[in-house]
Amino acid sequence: MLAAIRPDSWNVPLLVHVLGAMVLVGGLLVTTTSVLVARGDVRLLRVGYLALLAVCLPGYLVMRVGAEWIYAKEHLGDMPSDPTWVGIGYGTADAGALLLLLALILGGIGVRRLRDGRTGLVRASLFISVLLLAAYVVTIWAMGAKPD
Amino acid sequence: MGLNEWLLGLHLLTAFALVGAMTLFWVAIVAIRRTDLPEQVASVGRLLPVGNVVVVVGSLGVIVFGVWLAIALDGVQVWDGWVIAAIVLWAIASETGRRSDPEFAPCIERANELVAAGQTGPDAQLAELARTSRGLLLHSISTVAVVLILVDMIWKPGA
Repeated sequence: MLAAIRPDSWNVPLLVHVLGAMVLVGGLLVTTTSVLVARGDVRLLRVGYLALLAVCLPGYLVMRVGAEWIYAKEHLGDMPSDPTWVGIGYGTADAGALLLLLALILGGIGVRRLRDGRTGLVRASLFISVLLLAAYVVTIWAMGAKPD
Repeated sequence: MGLNEWLLGLHLLTAFALVGAMTLFWVAIVAIRRTDLPEQVASVGRLLPVGNVVVVVGSLGVIVFGVWLAIALDGVQVWDGWVIAAIVLWAIASETGRRSDPEFAPCIERANELVAAGQTGPDAQLAELARTSRGLLLHSISTVAVVLILVDMIWKPGA
C-alpha cells in the first residue's frame, strides 16, 4: 500500500538498500551455517570467515549507503523523531557495524592460527555473526511490518 | 499492528530467506569450483542441506504471504500486471533453482566417496563435476529472476 504511493525517485535508493541488506543476510546465513555445522572442520571455518569478509562486508556497506540515501530522499531527518522502525534499523546497523568489525578482526587473526589447528578465534568471530543474523531478522521484520 | 502489517513483515522475512539461501548456494558453487580436493568439496557440501531447507521455506513463504497480501490489500489485485509478473518470475526462479540442485549433487557424492575411501589428493573427475556449466547456468537464471522480482516489487510497473 505504502509502496504503491512511493515516488519513483525513491526506487533506486530503496533497491540499493534492500539488495545490500539481502547480500549481508545471505552472507550471515553462510557464516552461521559454517560455524554450526563445522564441528572443528578447519576448511569450513575458513569458508565461513571468507564469506564474512567477501560477502557480509560489501553487503553491509551497500546496505548502509542505500539506507542513508533513502533516509535523505524520504526527508525522515526532518521529522521531530525517527519512527520506531527507523530507530530499530539504525540501532541494529550501528551496533552491527561494530560487531561486524570485531568479527572481522578476530577472524582475521584466527584464520592465521587455523594452520596450527587453533579454531577458537574464528569460531568466536563466526558466533558473533550468529548474533548479527538474529538481530537482522528482527530488523527485517520491523522494516516490513513497521510497528509504531 | 494489523494482519496486513504482519503479512508484509513475514513476506519480507521469507524473501530474505530465499535470497539468503541463494547466496549460500553461490558461496558453495564458487568454493567447489576453485578446488579439486575431495575434503574441501565435502566440507562445503555440508552447507547445502541447510541451504535446501531455507530455500524451501523462503520460496514457499514468499509466494504464500505475497499472494495473501495481494488479496488482503485494497489497492492491489492478484491479476495486476506487476503481481502476475512477480508470480511468473517466481515460477522461473523456483524451477531453475530446483533443476540446478541435481547438477551439483554428483560432485558432492563423488567427494564424499573419495573421502570415505581415504583419497585426499586432487581428482580430475571431481573437478569436472564441480565445474558443471549447466548447473551454473541454471543457478544464474534463478538468481536473475529473483533480482527481477525485487525490481518488480519496488517499481510496481503499471500500478
